[in-house]
Amino acid sequence: MTHVHTDTPSSTPTNASAPDAEHTHVHTDVGAAEPPRFTRDMLDWLPWLDPVAEADLTPAQLDGLVDKARAKNAYFRLLARDPQILRERTKTDIDIFYNAKSGLPRAERELAATATSRFNGCIYCASVHARFAAHFSKRVDDVDRLLDEGVDAAQDERWAAIVEASVALARTPSRFGVEHVTRLRSSGLDDLEIQDVIQGASFFNWANRLMLSLGEPSEQEQ
Amino acid sequence: MTTVTEPDQTEPGRAASDRDADVIDRLVGLEPGHPLFEAREIRPEALAHAQGSFEALFRPDDAGTVTPVERWALAAFVAALHESQPVVDFYADGLRAAGGTPELVAAVADEALRGRAEGPYGAYPDGPLAGESVDGPEFSAAEADALSAVSGRLPAALDHAHFLVFHPRDAAPARLRRLADAGWSADAIVTISQLVAFLTYQIRVVHGLATLKEAGLR
Repeated sequence: MTHVHTDTPSSTPTNASAPDAEHTHVHTDVGAAEPPRFTRDMLDWLPWLDPVAEADLTPAQLDGLVDKARAKNAYFRLLARDPQILRERTKTDIDIFYNAKSGLPRAERELAATATSRFNGCIYCASVHARFAAHFSKRVDDVDRLLDEGVDAAQDERWAAIVEASVALARTPSRFGVEHVTRLRSSGLDDLEIQDVIQGASFFNWANRLMLSLGEPSEQEQ
Repeated sequence: MTTVTEPDQTEPGRAASDRDADVIDRLVGLEPGHPLFEAREIRPEALAHAQGSFEALFRPDDAGTVTPVERWALAAFVAALHESQPVVDFYADGLRAAGGTPELVAAVADEALRGRAEGPYGAYPDGPLAGESVDGPEFSAAEADALSAVSGRLPAALDHAHFLVFHPRDAAPARLRRLADAGWSADAIVTISQLVAFLTYQIRVVHGLATLKEAGLR
């Protein structure tokens, strides 16, 4: 039986599936309105496996969500099926992107996340982090050029160095080399800032793969 | 007298000596006194929970239905696909320590060698992004006895891991259906997806920090 989910993730009532694989429901047609291009627009994300229903979240799963507001989000409730790794992942994520103590400006951590998502092909991730990058940098045109033209689009030297480093790191096997460190340094980044580029870009290799493979983006109705 | 470990000042409750076990430090070759070792402390939560993520995946409080050998076999495969030697050795050793037979360790290495590629590739749907599609191989694990001796479902997980590592933009629900049909529950699919995706993070942090170390101090 095919389950068709057409609601937004935040309002979709879902049932936790039976624990054994025989009864694993994979939603092969979630009715997504697939965005045709990278965008800063708000998108929905529709899961292909059943998230844990909000009312059924166990204390361990609520703890894994870290931030209670995340219980409204189908993506995090799906990841709550393994609460221990969700908790560790969330705490890693928050420190890399939100810890304001020195290091790379917030806008450029989001730039690394956006460039990585653009290169790996995660339209949903790119939309979220392009909004953050544009918000913190106030450089909407530069962010849109990254989304529209891709990771080779013209940027000023500092942004180009961050994008290039993120892309090299994202390749498998990774192609990040001393030449990327040199370019980042000559663009004015100190080694704490370079460490933040490495962490932010690397983290999105993790995030992109989960968001791409466990569900899909959908355009919101206007 | 009760022995009390002095907590690290940057994060109450976490002992400085916890870094003795830190996998990223070990794989980069970072030791106390090196500026990069100290620099990692500026993001104490990322430091602690990158390690915590490793432990959640490889020494979980509740392993659910995914066995230790399945976890380490997947990890050894993913590490080998990244062709980064300290990481490859670490996870191959881990597979042996988790009870993987020499035949299994060899089979995983053979599959990874056969699966070598350059990522990311994958297809975009028809439309403005179609021109950015990049061709690449679709991996299918061999019907090796050493793999199926672990579990009949392991080869399907290796196929999925190869896709996640190299061409995640080719995602489709049919891939999850194949995992479910092979015997992976929804909970287990989440766990193995996290495991593979986490490794693509950890391996890049190791590679990035090792490169920064190699670049020398400014």
